Amino acid sequence: MTDVRADATAPPDRTAVTGRRRRGRRGRGEQPMVPDASFQSYYGRPVLKKPTWEARDIAGYLFLGGLAGASSVLAAGAQLTNRPGLARGAKTGALVGISGSLFALVHDLGRPARFLYMLRMVKPTSPMSIGTWLLMAYGPAAGAAAVSEWTGVMPRAGRAAALAAGVVGPAVAAYTAPLMANTAVPAWHGGHRELPFVFVGSAAAAAGGLGMVTAPVSEAGPARRAAVLGAALEVAAAKRMARGMGLAAEPLHTGRGGSLMKAAEILTVAGAVAGGVLGRRSRTAAVLGGLASLAGSACTRFGVFHAGVQSAEDPKYTVRPQRERLRDQ
Amino acid sequence: MTDTRDTQPRMGFFTDTSVCIGCKACEVACKEWNAVPGPAGSAGLNFTGDSYDNTGGLGADTWRHVAFIEQRTPPGGQENIGSTVDLGMPGMPGEHDRSEFRWLMASDVCKHCTHAACLDVCPTGALFRTEFGTVVVQEDICNGCGYCVPACPYGVIDQREDDGRVWKCTMCYDRLGAGQEPACAKACPTDSIQFGELDVLRARADERLAQLHEAGVGDARLYGRDPADGVGGNGAFFLLLDEPEVYGLPPAPVVTTRDLPAMWRRAGAAAATLLVGLAATFLGRKR
Ligand code: SF4
Repeated sequence: MTDVRADATAPPDRTAVTGRRRRGRRGRGEQPMVPDASFQSYYGRPVLKKPTWEARDIAGYLFLGGLAGASSVLAAGAQLTNRPGLARGAKTGALVGISGSLFALVHDLGRPARFLYMLRMVKPTSPMSIGTWLLMAYGPAAGAAAVSEWTGVMPRAGRAAALAAGVVGPAVAAYTAPLMANTAVPAWHGGHRELPFVFVGSAAAAAGGLGMVTAPVSEAGPARRAAVLGAALEVAAAKRMARGMGLAAEPLHTGRGGSLMKAAEILTVAGAVAGGVLGRRSRTAAVLGGLASLAGSACTRFGVFHAGVQSAEDPKYTVRPQRERLRDQ
Repeated sequence: MTDTRDTQPRMGFFTDTSVCIGCKACEVACKEWNAVPGPAGSAGLNFTGDSYDNTGGLGADTWRHVAFIEQRTPPGGQENIGSTVDLGMPGMPGEHDRSEFRWLMASDVCKHCTHAACLDVCPTGALFRTEFGTVVVQEDICNGCGYCVPACPYGVIDQREDDGRVWKCTMCYDRLGAGQEPACAKACPTDSIQFGELDVLRARADERLAQLHEAGVGDARLYGRDPADGVGGNGAFFLLLDEPEVYGLPPAPVVTTRDLPAMWRRAGAAAATLLVGLAATFLGRKR
C-alpha cells in the first residue's frame, strides 16, 4: 500500500492540513448576519453529531403535534359556543394529527415496543420524557372526543374529553420547542427563548387553517382569527428569534432551511390574508387560505429542522460563537 | 456486593497528547475488549486521506479515536527551537526546514461530563451515572430515540445504523468493576492515556503542564480539567498542544440543560399565550 493521497509529496513539502479554512461569502441575495472570519477545525469535520432523525418523522411530528394541540383548543371553544361544524372538523383534526405524530415517533424508534421504554420514568430534564407523558394524557382525551363526536356514543363524556384535550393541547403544541432547543445544535439551542412562540404561532395558524377548510364560513370566524393571530405571532417571533441568534441564525436564511423558512413566511401570511380576510365572504378563499396556512405551518417545522441540521454539519457554527464567548469573557 | 457509592472515588482519564505517538493501540484495544464492530459495508477499510486518521472521529463504532494533525510549526510548539542542537544525523537536502514541521496526535474519547447532556435528555434512563462517576448506556434499555446524539456538545455518542441504538465509551465499566484499568489505558505504550482517581489525575496534569511550560512548550494547555467550565469539568480530560478546535473539540462547550429551566418557562408562557389567544377568537363576534 502506498500513497492514499493524490498528493504524494515528501513530508517537508507537504501542505499542513490543519483544517484552517476561510469561508467566502455565500448565500445568494442574503447578507450574512455576521462578518465572515477564519476559524480552525479538524479537516473541516463537524464538531457535533448531526441529529439522526429523519426530517419526515421529526419535523412531521412537530407539525402534526402542533396542529392537534391547537385544534383541540378550537374544538373546545367551538363546542362551548355552539359551532358544531367547526367543532367536528377540529376534533377530527386533533385525532388525526396526534395519531400521525405518534406514528412518526414510533417509526423513528424503529419498533413499536420501544415506545414502552419511554414509560419507565418521568424525567423533567428530558423534554422527550415530559412530552411522552403529555401525549399519554392528551391522546386518549383527543381520541375520545373525536370518536364520540362521530359515533354519538357517550356524548357527555365526549364533551368532557374535548374540554380536557383543549386544556392540555397548548402544552402539546409548546413542548416541542424545548424538545428541539434542548440540544447542542446551534440553530435550535440558539433560539430557545423565542422558539416556543414560533411553534405555538405556527400551531395556531395550522389549526385555524384546518378550521377554515372544514367548517362552513358562518361558523369559521374563530378559525379565521386564529389563522391571522397565529401568522402574526409566528412571523414576529421568528424574526425576533433570528435577530438574537448571531451566527447561528445563518442557516435560517440559507440553504434548504432558509428556503423553507422563506416559503413558510409567504404561505402563512398568504393564508392569513386569503383565509382570514377574504374567507369571510368566499368559501373558496377560505379553503385556499386554509390550505396555505397549513402548508406554511409545515414549512416552518421543516425549515427549523433543516436549519438545525445545517448548523450541526458545519463546525463554524459551533466553534466561532464559542471562541467569541471565550474572547469576551 | 456492598454499596460502594459513598466510598468509591470518581475515576477518570487524563490523556496527555504530548507523549502520544499515534500508534492507535488504544483504538484497537478498545475495539477488541468491547467487541465493537468495524464500519459496515466497506469491509472495515476506509482511507480518508487525512494524514494517518482513517476512523475520522468518535462514533457508535469508534470509542477511542486518534487524531493526526500536520502543521508547519516548530515541534512541540517550543519557543527556543532556534537553538536546537545539530545531532549530525544524515538527512535530506533542506534538512533545516524539517524543524518547522510538527505532527500532533491525540487520542479522543467520551468526556464523561460532570453535567452530561446525553444523560440529562435520555427519556428512558438507559444512560446512567455509574458508581465510578462515569456515564454509561445500558444497551438493553436504550430505545433508539436518538435524543442524546444532538445533545452531546462534543459529538461523541452516535446511533448504530443496524439496530438504531446508541453506543459510546463505557470507560470499560466491566473492567472497572473487576478492579482493572480500561483497555485503552492498559494498551497505551507511552502512558499518554492515564487512568485513575480524577483528583489524582488532575494534580498530575497540573504538574505535567508546569513542566512543559518550563521546558518552553508554551502552547501546552489542559482541556476539560476545570470543574467550573460549561459542563462542570470532564471525567476524561486532556493536555493539548494547540487550540481545542484544531483537534475537532469544541473550545467552550456548555451543557444544553443549563438553559432548560428558562426553556420550560418560555414554553409555559407560549402555551398560555396560545390558550388565551385562541379563547379570545371566540369572544365578541357571532361568526
Ligand atoms: S461527552 Fe457527550 S456522550 Fe460523553 S458524557 Fe459528555 S455528553 Fe455524554
